[in-house]
Amino acid sequence: MRNWRAKTAAIAAVSALALVTACGSDDNGSDNAADTGNETEAGNETEGGGDLSGSIRIDGSSTVGPLAEVAAEMFMTENPGVMVDVAISGTSGGFEKFCQGENDMNNASRAIKDSEIELCEGNGIAYDNIQVSNDALSIVVNPESPVECLTVDQANQIWDEGSSVSTWGDVDGLDLPDDLASEEIVLYGPGSDSGTFDFFTEAINGEEGRVRTDYTDIGEDDNAAIRGVEGDFAAMAYIPYSYVQEAGDAVKPLQIDGGEGCVDATLENVQDGSYAPLGRPLFTYASDKALESEATVAFMEFWLENSAEIAETAGFVPMTQEQIDEGNAKVESLTS
Amino acid sequence: MTTGETQKIREDRPRERRTTERTRLAVAGARAAGQGLYTPRSAKHRVTNTLFSAVLFLGLGTALVALTAIIGWALVEGWPRLDANLFLAGPSTINPEEAGFRTAIIGTVYVIGGVIALIVPLGVGAAIYLEEFADRERWYNRFIELNIQNLAGVPSIVFGILGLAFIVRGLGNFGFVAAAGSMTLALLVLPTVILASREAIRAVPSSVRNGSLALGATLWQTVWRNVLPAAAPGILTGVILGVARAIGEAAPLLLVGAVTFVVYDPSFFEGGYSVLPVQIYNYAKRPQEEFHVMAIAGVLVMLVVLMLINSFAIWLRNRYEKKW
Repeated sequence: MRNWRAKTAAIAAVSALALVTACGSDDNGSDNAADTGNETEAGNETEGGGDLSGSIRIDGSSTVGPLAEVAAEMFMTENPGVMVDVAISGTSGGFEKFCQGENDMNNASRAIKDSEIELCEGNGIAYDNIQVSNDALSIVVNPESPVECLTVDQANQIWDEGSSVSTWGDVDGLDLPDDLASEEIVLYGPGSDSGTFDFFTEAINGEEGRVRTDYTDIGEDDNAAIRGVEGDFAAMAYIPYSYVQEAGDAVKPLQIDGGEGCVDATLENVQDGSYAPLGRPLFTYASDKALESEATVAFMEFWLENSAEIAETAGFVPMTQEQIDEGNAKVESLTS
Repeated sequence: MTTGETQKIREDRPRERRTTERTRLAVAGARAAGQGLYTPRSAKHRVTNTLFSAVLFLGLGTALVALTAIIGWALVEGWPRLDANLFLAGPSTINPEEAGFRTAIIGTVYVIGGVIALIVPLGVGAAIYLEEFADRERWYNRFIELNIQNLAGVPSIVFGILGLAFIVRGLGNFGFVAAAGSMTLALLVLPTVILASREAIRAVPSSVRNGSLALGATLWQTVWRNVLPAAAPGILTGVILGVARAIGEAAPLLLVGAVTFVVYDPSFFEGGYSVLPVQIYNYAKRPQEEFHVMAIAGVLVMLVVLMLINSFAIWLRNRYEKKW
């Protein structure tokens, strides 16, 4: 009887091992299958025209991520031999990996910082960037709020480091009814890994990362800010333009007065630069090593060529023809 | 019929039937004795008894209500997306209505398969050493024990940072691949498996060991043939708990490079991979409503995958429970 029991144990152990090895060899199996599949596909396509193959690993901004996904998806439909993946670590988190040579491209909702340039140089990573879209940040309030327009100075009063504003009435130059003026101001903002955070603090408070600390940090989850503002008469947040588009009537975007009167956060105003200082360009960076691959160059060309459609699908502000031409010129200079 | 004949019939019966009969008698006797002892004899006892069962049911009820509420909510909210595409189609940002979790499911199966392959030999091996072979007087054995207990309480993100520093980069230098995710998660759940396995091994009666040793078996033979099969159900429970925790982790995998958008089927040692919790987390943050529905439906997909992975372990455990 003991013998029998021992046998069961042995069988169980072996079957568990077999399962594990099966899993392992399965990996290899499907791996090979996928590889050969790609090769044959690529082989077939040499005759058809699109003979590109390779892989592109993209990381970076959570704002640009969905845009890159749409670009990647459209690109892969035309070039099935190329595998593009998109990760979302935030602009800063992405650059940290990009500058160690771990990613081919990095999406950025701001230009690369000096400290990141140093990191890249230290690791011998050269790069170039193109603009892929426009973005705007909106300062949003509850739809019931009587506030319509904010000057950059007023936004700065509210958000600056060590700000003394605690109720809406504390903000200088806002003409408010008593019911709001006496309300404590409730603030939502993204986490410090977010490009949105970097951009807002620089544009409004004059220095990146300079901000009061007693607001609700929503991390990379911009929807949390929308839900917060939607449910609170006295709340305020800053979020990317694409989120305002999707949120509909849940929140009200404020007009911004950058010194030349109140300006709406509309497509035209963002494109022509009058929605200042909260309109911004969005970039993608590619390392020189990645640009040696034809696939990466083709992908960047594709992105620029179809930028209007890609931006519209992903809910972004499309680029002007001027901006597209500029990007094309850059890619051309890279390849020649 | 004489006594001799009865005796003969008894002996003809298969041994198991006699054992069963004896067991039944013993159980009935114990129950009768217990009832005599524990049946409430006063009003006060009856009240405390009722109160105590009420508390027990409240505890059970809370857990059940929470579970059914989550599943029910996910079913209602995710209903529009509960179709075959959800399992078979890859991700799509252009057509979220037709997108699915195919690549994330495969990624999860790879990562968790790797986790199981690592935690079973490592966890059980460590437990056997600590329970059967280690000399507890030695300072290093006590040091190891203390550390394993402490490791069980370390937040998962810390393991993510560890994985990024030593597995993805540094010593292991595997890069951002599914294997690195497996190793990181294996480290995360290993303490749970070791602790559960140790408990299971300790629960094997020492008479089993002594009997085997007395018959001339070596310590290793005793462990392999007697202790391990007896402890298997407890060990498997530890593995099930470990896998259940590992499958839901998003934070450490984000650090070791799980990406959010992979349209091709991933592989273990190469290329990008995604896993269900990361995908769900990412979809829940998107502005578009379609992605929110996807995220909720994804919760159900994750439950299904977890059940499928664990069902093998559960089947194995039940098998062993019957045999001992």
